[in-house]
Amino acid sequence: MFRELNSNAAPPAGLRIVCALAIVGLTLALIAAVVVSGPAAPGLQAAVAAALPHSGVENPVTAVLLNFRSYDTLLEIAVLFVVAVATLPLRRAVAPQRTEAVAVEPVLAALVKLLVPLVVLTGGYLLWVGAYAPGGAFQAGALLAGAGVLLSLAGGFSLAALPARPLLVVGLVVFTAVAAAVGAITGAFLQYPVAAAGVLILVIEAAATVSIAATLLLLYGNLAEPVPSGPLAGTKEPAS
Amino acid sequence: MPIDMTIDFTLGAGVLVLAWLSLSTTNLFKAIVLFISLGLLVTITWARLGAVDVAIAEAAIGAGLTGALLLAAWRRLRTVPGNTRRKAGDNHVS
Repeated sequence: MFRELNSNAAPPAGLRIVCALAIVGLTLALIAAVVVSGPAAPGLQAAVAAALPHSGVENPVTAVLLNFRSYDTLLEIAVLFVVAVATLPLRRAVAPQRTEAVAVEPVLAALVKLLVPLVVLTGGYLLWVGAYAPGGAFQAGALLAGAGVLLSLAGGFSLAALPARPLLVVGLVVFTAVAAAVGAITGAFLQYPVAAAGVLILVIEAAATVSIAATLLLLYGNLAEPVPSGPLAGTKEPAS
Repeated sequence: MPIDMTIDFTLGAGVLVLAWLSLSTTNLFKAIVLFISLGLLVTITWARLGAVDVAIAEAAIGAGLTGALLLAAWRRLRTVPGNTRRKAGDNHVS
């Protein structure tokens, strides 16, 4: 894997000049297009602002993501789930036995003790505040995953010990269940009742946060904690 | 020049320079560190543009988790048997 290109020989001068000219020309054309086209069209801001009182949230970004265009977000959660499933074969089936004492630097351990609770708190805040100001499930999930990476680096726990499958699937399950349930009430898939929209969005976002954090954390863990056997482990030859 | 424009031009130039450096360096570890730095500058740029949602996501995913993923991949590349003859941080790829 990772074959090197034998590129010590530089490409011919003519090719390089053509490439440079093409890049300069495209850049100038792009700048000219931006300058010529003038101010951007107003878009759908007015329509979103008009419909905002019926969305259940006050932040227009969250209103678009989880109410007006929630179908897109549902599919995004599904795509993330598929990505996580695709990396599951790389995952360790069992947590590694810590036979030797893991040397954790005291500075890192102390820092993690301070940082991880703060990061978890901030993640919860971002999830909650998404209804009123910038924030939301993706940001909160990414923060939680960052806290997990920190913990795993400090030797706090092995990512292989996580109950991966329930965590990965909960976002998609809750989102689909809510979508079907409100469909039964209002008659349209993903059409929330106005009175309950805020609570439903928070429920969906909370479940999505868990799944997003688990997905990102597993993407990292599957790389950082490779399966012991197989061509990629390389445990027999220690790195020089 | 007003202070706002000075900050914006410095940010824009910094993003371009860091992007070029992270692509052109032949040292994988340096490239990863430069990429993470690029992510942090892009985060400030998004915040300056008023897109705070994107800025938070870029800081957490673009700079933080992608950086951790790249570093994990880099560590694993070093331990692949065919690559052990090289020294750490000396993986020339270009």
